[in-house]
Amino acid sequence: MNLEKVIFAFVILLAATLNFGFVYGDIDDPAHHEIWELYAAVVVNLVATVLKLGDRTQIGAVHLSTSLVAVLQLIAAALVWFFAGAQAIEPVRMAAIVSLAAGALFANVVSVAMMVTETVMLRR
Amino acid sequence: VSVVYLTLRRLRAPLLLLIGVYAIGITGLVLIPGVDESGRPSPMGFFHAFYFLTYTASTIGFGEIPRAFTDLQRLWVTVVIYLSVIGWAYTLTALLALVRDEAFRTAVTTRAFQRRVRRVTEPFYIVCGYGETGSLVCRALDALDIHFVILDIDPLRVQQIELDTHRNDIAALAADARLPENLLGAGVKQAGCRGVLALTNDEAANLAVAIAAKLLNPGIPVLCRATRPDIEANMASFATDHIINPFRLFGEYLWDALHAPALHVLVQRLTGLPGEPLVVQNPPPHGPWVVCGYGRFGREVVESFLREGLSATIVDPDPTLAADPRIVPGLGTEAGTLGRAGVAEAVGIVAGTDNDIANLAIAMTARALNRRIFVVIRQNLQANRALFAAFGAEITMVSAEIIADECVALISTPLLARFLQIAERQNEAWATEVNARLEEATGGDVPSVWALRVDPIHCPAIARELECGARVTVGHLRSHPSDRARPLDCIALLLLRSGEPMLLPAQDVALERSDAVLFAGTAEAQRLQLLIASNSKVCDYVRLGIEAPDGWIWRVLARVRTGAAAAGR
Repeated sequence: MNLEKVIFAFVILLAATLNFGFVYGDIDDPAHHEIWELYAAVVVNLVATVLKLGDRTQIGAVHLSTSLVAVLQLIAAALVWFFAGAQAIEPVRMAAIVSLAAGALFANVVSVAMMVTETVMLRR
Repeated sequence: VSVVYLTLRRLRAPLLLLIGVYAIGITGLVLIPGVDESGRPSPMGFFHAFYFLTYTASTIGFGEIPRAFTDLQRLWVTVVIYLSVIGWAYTLTALLALVRDEAFRTAVTTRAFQRRVRRVTEPFYIVCGYGETGSLVCRALDALDIHFVILDIDPLRVQQIELDTHRNDIAALAADARLPENLLGAGVKQAGCRGVLALTNDEAANLAVAIAAKLLNPGIPVLCRATRPDIEANMASFATDHIINPFRLFGEYLWDALHAPALHVLVQRLTGLPGEPLVVQNPPPHGPWVVCGYGRFGREVVESFLREGLSATIVDPDPTLAADPRIVPGLGTEAGTLGRAGVAEAVGIVAGTDNDIANLAIAMTARALNRRIFVVIRQNLQANRALFAAFGAEITMVSAEIIADECVALISTPLLARFLQIAERQNEAWATEVNARLEEATGGDVPSVWALRVDPIHCPAIARELECGARVTVGHLRSHPSDRARPLDCIALLLLRSGEPMLLPAQDVALERSDAVLFAGTAEAQRLQLLIASNSKVCDYVRLGIEAPDGWIWRVLARVRTGAAAAGR
């Protein structure tokens, strides 16, 4: 067992699960979407991106790009939340935020899928 | 190593630390409730927490925005400030350490070098090794406006390149030329690469460069310096184009001087510095010789003497050689040894050890014993040049200069090397005649030597004439553009037609496309000949003796006039 691999897999999976947790629920119902979860997703996705930096392999490059996409989508979602104001959030805005985060979720799912495939191929 | 990847890899830990510190700080600031002016609870949003941390962590410190903090908030901010300042300090130190890092700097300079080489659009050579020989070659190539890039393993020498004055901008890299990736970076596979020169003082390295260059780009010539027989044989085994052994070259040069003085003068004349007065050295005398030092150099020299039928007494301290009856054991720096070797009766002495001071001592002792002795001395280091100049031997042998002259001759006028090769096989009478003709053309000065290639790029005018089926001869190239009855001060030495050489082509030899002609003569003649080759009107004049009319109107008038003359006839 390699500690580096454990941390890497942990962070990538956590990024995806946090993202999923935030997106889960009615798309325009503010009660179903927790701002803390979005915040945690942004932070963990940033960490995942930095962990993927500096890998020169082809698969490493694709890994990095999925993370960059996820971070971009999540920050866009956070910005929409910021412009929507701190008080009661309108359902229309909420729908925009959640759909952006859902896009990030897709990127994260790709990332997890790649990680799993890689592992399976190595441990034939 | 890629610069970007190296940076990202090194900054991974500091960036993770920063993200961690920010995440903790923001979480705390959002969780700890603040109060507004009226005392009602007013929690801080994520955006404000991030904004506050951004200006506080980077020590900008705008203060407590949007409103004054509670004591609990201040306590938390105190902790966060310490954490974030450490985080930033760590990141900045890591960044600065990276910039100072040897591996990183090498990566950056290598990258810059490769980019510069890729941008070279002119034909260029790769010079491996910027030592005594390499720097001489580079200076000569630079003066001829031939482009090159340099690889040298010693960073100090690469810095020296920047200090040496060159006319052209020169790309140089401190790297091991033995590694193929460095040769590739220097552009060995680039279309403009015309050849590789392996001139380092490590013969095994030269061999490695030669092999790598031959494998990576078989089409380009490789010039190699080698003095060890095994290395030479190895290089020859995979068709290295030019193996330059300074000792062998000098041996041949000495033999020429002994055996064929006229040919020797011709070679000196054609390989000297153009425009300088020709200094003809006295040929070495025939008689018994003493050779001090029986290494690679001594062996070549003794070989030349034996080939000419002269006797040579060898002085060498090596005990394994003592069985040879020709050998007098000893260094030769002492009068006793030299006396035993017969310096008093000898006509000449060769001081050929690999130690400059020993060579000077030998030569000075020999001169003291025999004032009329002919001295051939070997100079190993350029740094001792002043000493050797002060001594003033009849012949001073400098390996670096021999190699440099050979390289430059092979690169600048490959046709001259071909000519000299053929000239070696001619007799003395022939050499005397060529000498006389050159003497007539240029007086006592060393002539310029140049090759004229008959193709649309180098001789557009002649190429056009040939395309029309006109006849252009070697004689036309030797006519004066302002009075074609007068010859130019040059002679045609060699004509190369599809690989077949024609020695001293006659005046009426007609040129064909893609011929190459080697000329020797004054610089003025070279300039005027270029005019014939490139200007159609001048070409017409030397060919037919007519001045072609300028402009459309004059041309029409000329046609009308010749038409009328034809009708009237």
